[in-house]
Amino acid sequence: MTSGVGELKFRDPRRARELTAALVRLVHSLDRAPVTLMHVCGTHEQAIARFGLRASLPPALRVIMGPGCPVCVTDLCEVDESVALALQGVRIATYGDMVKLPGSSKSLADAQAEGARVEVVYSATQAVELARASDEPLVFFASGFETTAVATAATVLSKPPANFSVLSAHKYVPPAMEAVARLPEARVEGFLAAGHAAVITGYGLFEDFARRHRTPVVVAGFEPLDILAALVKLLEMIRDGEYSAANAYPRCVTREGNRRAQESLWRVFEAVDGPWRGIGVIPSGNLQLREEWAALDARRRFRIDVSGLTQTVQSDLSRRCLCGKIMVGLVEPSDCPLFGRECRPESPVGACMVSSEGTCKIWHQYGGRPDLGGTP
Amino acid sequence: MIGDKIAQKHGAGGPAMRALIESVFVTGLGPAGAGLAAMDDGAAIAVGDRFLVLTTDSYVIKPLFFPGGDIGRLAISGTVNDLAMMGATEPLGLTCAVVIEAGFAIADLERIRDSMRATCAEAGACIVTGDTKVMGKGELDGIVINTSGVGFAKRVVPDSGLRPGDRIIVTGSLGDHGFAVMAARHKLELEGALASDVAPLNGLVRTALAAGGESVSAMKDPTRGGLSSALREMAAKGEVGIVLHEASLPVRPEVRAASELLGIDPLHVANEGKAVIGVRAEAADRVLQALQAHSLGRDAAIIGTCVAERPGSVILDTGFGRRLLAEPEGELLPRIC
Repeated sequence: MTSGVGELKFRDPRRARELTAALVRLVHSLDRAPVTLMHVCGTHEQAIARFGLRASLPPALRVIMGPGCPVCVTDLCEVDESVALALQGVRIATYGDMVKLPGSSKSLADAQAEGARVEVVYSATQAVELARASDEPLVFFASGFETTAVATAATVLSKPPANFSVLSAHKYVPPAMEAVARLPEARVEGFLAAGHAAVITGYGLFEDFARRHRTPVVVAGFEPLDILAALVKLLEMIRDGEYSAANAYPRCVTREGNRRAQESLWRVFEAVDGPWRGIGVIPSGNLQLREEWAALDARRRFRIDVSGLTQTVQSDLSRRCLCGKIMVGLVEPSDCPLFGRECRPESPVGACMVSSEGTCKIWHQYGGRPDLGGTP
Repeated sequence: MIGDKIAQKHGAGGPAMRALIESVFVTGLGPAGAGLAAMDDGAAIAVGDRFLVLTTDSYVIKPLFFPGGDIGRLAISGTVNDLAMMGATEPLGLTCAVVIEAGFAIADLERIRDSMRATCAEAGACIVTGDTKVMGKGELDGIVINTSGVGFAKRVVPDSGLRPGDRIIVTGSLGDHGFAVMAARHKLELEGALASDVAPLNGLVRTALAAGGESVSAMKDPTRGGLSSALREMAAKGEVGIVLHEASLPVRPEVRAASELLGIDPLHVANEGKAVIGVRAEAADRVLQALQAHSLGRDAAIIGTCVAERPGSVILDTGFGRRLLAEPEGELLPRIC
């Protein structure tokens, strides 16, 4: 009554037990504790939490989430820009999670309550369709990592109507991994890279990074066995001092990636230094439309005045929020005094509780990281 | 948690609703007894050596007619099931009060009445008194039906009776009602036939009690809030932990598909024709076999075990690891039962 064949292949508990046994042996052979591995993807966190994988991992192995939620790292000033545009009467289209994301003083949902027109879309193409259906200006407030940025790039290249423009909050993950790898207190010994992003970028992208930081990178898929197999590979590489990039998702990812998608991405966007919420300025971390596409760039097309929105005094609640430290893997949601109390999915304080890709929202949904190993 | 205004979440069957009932009604209406303070499916009033079980429920659902049922079938089944979950499997009588919006089609009302009559016949119940009110157009949305029911129980089966070692049985597939209503409401074109499981369960429960006797330790119907809310409440009241085995949970393929598509967990979604039954370990197989022999219990399964550790928690063993089963927050789907 339960599962299909495709599912069984990557959801076989017996194979999972073999892999966790291998993890126990490998961590033991490294003979130091704890060993910290970081993944940088909300979908990985969802799978880890949903399947309760942490309860099966050896206690000396920490698998933490880094800056892997594009909604969460969208900066306050980027939200402020969208809210200012919306309050100026410009129609905004954006992804669902972005609507509730708090800005300095308001979210798009607040602007909507004040009468602004904000439409939720599921794809960049849908935003273009909305623009095409009327003559008035429509700004697509675009967020996401390189995976979704490729989709935005495709719409820019597809001759959208003249009333369409893009307010880009797109981010590029590899520079953020650089930033985390440089944090001395993070002590990350290996990275799991997101399989869907690597479909586009290729795993070869991480080879230079791994060498420079003496930190192996393994590209992983999203089924429980994909993740466990990638963790095994990472620990083997750490044990063998193999500081390179490996592919544990060969059914989808190649070394070169999708060349055509990369070409569109870099034809439309350039990587510029920019702020990531809670983390700070990431060199080359933001994707901005190139000069050539100025006519489609909402920042160049509209005068966006955010001065009425920025708050100089932080609220007491947001001062106590630990999202910034959570997003670089320094602390866990359960370390935050607000988690599950003042900060809940229906009334989020920090960005990590807003998005379904956010660590706090995921932990809240799946009951966090209980120590359940010993339960009969 | 309750705030100063009623919100949709206060009717969702989860923590917000419990907080509202506790803070406004239980403390304000007392006295404590087998009724309100226990916050069970109904009240049990001692009469001689038996208990008179009394329950009431109001039904609002959109759409009124959905695959597998309608508001009439729901209004009879819900109240018959609340009685049955307390151990009163032979309803003495039901009441039926309807509040109707002006403009409501008589033909629809007759269709609802026919459905109530058929469901009563199925349950061996009858409506013995009622009330009808009409409100102005726009003053309510279509129709609200309230039914109450009374019945005798020789032994009250509370939802608080779980003990470590008890097995948890669910009488069939999970999430059918919630996903059928959701698909009907949003006109989702989903593969496979989603249909509500709404049905009177008193016959099925009688079968379980006949097979298990005193070994049946707790019962609850996993309506709003789904299996996760029902188990959380049973674990908290019984002061036990519950370990669930995900692979043993009966979920139809079409419900699983809809759940992956919509990102909604079938364990968080309402059922209207299922019971969760706690049974002492030695009687579990016997009760399971009796349930499986009944037409409404063919897919019944033992899904978990009660433990002394982590009282009040429900732990889901996924086969890959373990996690706590969270309760749904707020309203996944307003006005579902």
